[in-house]
Amino acid sequence: MVLQQHNISDNNFEQCIKCTICTVYCPVAAVNPAYPGPKQAGPDGERLRLKQASFYDDALKYCLNCKKCEVVCPSNVRIGDIIQAARLKYDTNPPKLRDYVLSHTDFVGTFSTFLAPVVNKTVKLPIVKTLMDQVLAIDHRRIFPTYAEETFKQWYEKQEAEQKNFPRQVSYFHGCYVNYNHPQLGKDLIKVLNTLGVGVQLLRKEKCCGVALIANGFVTRARKFAQVNVASIRESVITREIPVVTTSSTCTFTIRDEYPHLLDIYTDDIRNQIELATRYIYRLLKEDRTGLKLKNRMIKVAYHTPCHMEKLGWAYYSIELFRLIPTIELQILPPRCCGIAGTYGFKKENYRTSQNIGASLFDEIEDDTIDYIITDCETCKWQIEMSTSKQCKHPISVLAAALE
Amino acid sequence: MQSSQQSTKPYDVIIIGGGATGVGVARDCSRRGLQVLLLERMDMATGATGRNHGLLHSGARYAVMDQESAEECIVENRILRHIASHCVEETEGLFISLPEDDINYQAKFVESCRKAGIDAEIIDPKEALVLEPSANPDIIGVVKVPDGAIDPFRLVLANMLDAKSNGATILTYHEVTGFIIEHTRITGVYAYDHSQKEKKVFYGHVVVNAGGIWGQHLAALAGVQINMLPAKGSLLIFGHRLNNMVLNRCRKPADADILVPSDTISLIGTTSTNIPYDQIDRMTVTPEEVDILIREGRKLVPRLAYTRILRAYAGVRPLVTADDDGSGRNVSRGIVLFDHAERDGLEGYITITGGKLMTYRLMAEWATDLVCKKLNRQDPCTTASEKLPGSRKDVAAVRKKINFIPPVQRDSAISRHGDMAEKLMQGASLDYRLICECEEVSVGEVKYALDELNVKTLLDLRRRIRVGMGTCQGELCA
Repeated sequence: MVLQQHNISDNNFEQCIKCTICTVYCPVAAVNPAYPGPKQAGPDGERLRLKQASFYDDALKYCLNCKKCEVVCPSNVRIGDIIQAARLKYDTNPPKLRDYVLSHTDFVGTFSTFLAPVVNKTVKLPIVKTLMDQVLAIDHRRIFPTYAEETFKQWYEKQEAEQKNFPRQVSYFHGCYVNYNHPQLGKDLIKVLNTLGVGVQLLRKEKCCGVALIANGFVTRARKFAQVNVASIRESVITREIPVVTTSSTCTFTIRDEYPHLLDIYTDDIRNQIELATRYIYRLLKEDRTGLKLKNRMIKVAYHTPCHMEKLGWAYYSIELFRLIPTIELQILPPRCCGIAGTYGFKKENYRTSQNIGASLFDEIEDDTIDYIITDCETCKWQIEMSTSKQCKHPISVLAAALE
Repeated sequence: MQSSQQSTKPYDVIIIGGGATGVGVARDCSRRGLQVLLLERMDMATGATGRNHGLLHSGARYAVMDQESAEECIVENRILRHIASHCVEETEGLFISLPEDDINYQAKFVESCRKAGIDAEIIDPKEALVLEPSANPDIIGVVKVPDGAIDPFRLVLANMLDAKSNGATILTYHEVTGFIIEHTRITGVYAYDHSQKEKKVFYGHVVVNAGGIWGQHLAALAGVQINMLPAKGSLLIFGHRLNNMVLNRCRKPADADILVPSDTISLIGTTSTNIPYDQIDRMTVTPEEVDILIREGRKLVPRLAYTRILRAYAGVRPLVTADDDGSGRNVSRGIVLFDHAERDGLEGYITITGGKLMTYRLMAEWATDLVCKKLNRQDPCTTASEKLPGSRKDVAAVRKKINFIPPVQRDSAISRHGDMAEKLMQGASLDYRLICECEEVSVGEVKYALDELNVKTLLDLRRRIRVGMGTCQGELCA
């Protein structure tokens, strides 16, 4: 007998048992009634779209791709992937100029770094904010990250020779945010890793990870970038046997999971060698903590788990890393979405949804006894700093500051 | 035994059987001005009508073996696309040859199709795989034909609505238990109303036996004999669509060689087993049949073997042995119309049987012509030209008219009801709530079905509006 023993479907959509727990945990469905929720937008909708493409529902654009649905699904249905893949396949609306500006972080970054003092001041002007709101539909209440006058790459070139002297080596995928907006985080990483006897190299070629391009429908460009990145990563981890570390949870998640799932790019051979620096350092310290000399000042901080960190299952490493440091008192915030989701919250039409999603997290954060918030995601940082009175730091920067 | 509220005024015609044929006769008779009563022992479309492939045959499948059936099919195919557009999906069909098939059959097949008036076009296998990427990549030959998908539940519903709007009375769960026979003429029927649990009597000038496979029993109740030859066919429903074009094997018809896309799912069928007449109400699918369906079906679409099976079901073809053949071997798939006055000396009783879903309208036309002849009426048949309710208005206009309904819900309702979807959800916001999320069925649609579509049980509702037909199979919505 050849009676079916198992069944297979794209993104496991037939494995949905219709329990609806994804919709219960969906941060968007909870605040925006126009969004049908992951079950309907995902596996339910997929059946209808297979019947006829016209069943594609424009409301799928409200999905912020946090992947909470996938985290809670008991049947391993790749609900977020189903929704994102449907957007890429069926959405016929051409991307807006606004979407281009928000998603081409590398192009905009290069330009803005060059003119950093001007750009940083200009985007704060009320008239410019109003203009961006009215013309581009980028919400006027948003605060843009500032641009650095020197990119991380430019700074690194001066350190390159010295880094080669360390016995152990890692390659660093810095991402657009570190390069154009916050080179200090990259510098902090180098400080921490050097302390632990690890030298830092850059990849032969690094492009934007493409997360914003995927979210805004620029899939051809995203695929091109992904191919460059994967080739560089492969050259590092396979040819030179040097693992790759990162500091952005979303870049990491995109390279590891979105490349194969949404862009059909093979990464199985390198996937396990791309990891967040916190995870890499946690493992180093587990082996040997003698290299770590810490200042004696006590601080009380709270860790916010970014959604993609939860999906990676790696918040554990950042949290446990701080537990290794006696001078840090750590509180863990409940893993709630902050609502920004990269470019999503910058869009005027999503501003309300974005802030409503984050509201309960913001309340939690306004606890007077916390010195500041720690998180692995740059866009969570922007959102928390804009929406609360607290500062938000990256775990690596906190660690660098705690070093003697 | 007669219930108090029943009228003793005779109907012009009493039709027994709520399948495609019976309801087609009801539509035709009512359009020709007759007073019509239709009695169905269960729900509409619960016999062979609701237990087949839902294939809008082009006739290609019959072309080599049976030119007459093929010709009937292509004519009715064109008529149904016109009168029942909301029940039809114009998918087109492919007849594929695999390395194990005789490729020489293809030339004979194409020639037979063309002789029957069916557009059959040989296409390059590579082109076919672009048209239908799910098809077996090993195909060595492909013929494109005007096959399609037809939803038999919708078709029956639309015929019923048209009959009702022309004054017909449709009673489901009314089982005919006997006939009133005066001398050599049937003047009425005894029936048992299963929902009210009461016996009833109805009078009529002509009674039409449209009982399908159960027609043998209905003949016997009137003391005449017809011999049905029950052949069971089993089918499997997959959880989602595998293919978007009908796929057939280009060879002599055999088991499990048709895969039809239908609404949100795909169907593979069928097997064929002759069964004793006393087994026709016991429709079970055996593991061996499932085995055959998967083993053969995967040759059409390899992915089928790994796709979730949602349901299995079986139906009985209403094949009838020809009158001049005592052996029972000479089975006709063609239409059989018996005038029992001529054949058996019993006035006021006719039987319409044989045929196929594809030819239900033609069968109804033949039966209605005979009914009219018996009643001395000359009204012409209009069922081939007049569109059915649901297929009368432009879909774009309907979509615009009900644009206040969420788009996926709205388009699902339109695909089920055609222009009748206009009648949905005029009321409260509660009406937009979904009862069945898999199939996007709203409270408003359920209300419409309960009010206007002769629904007596939850299963009836399922047949009318697909509630619970999705992947959860009613486990969460119901």
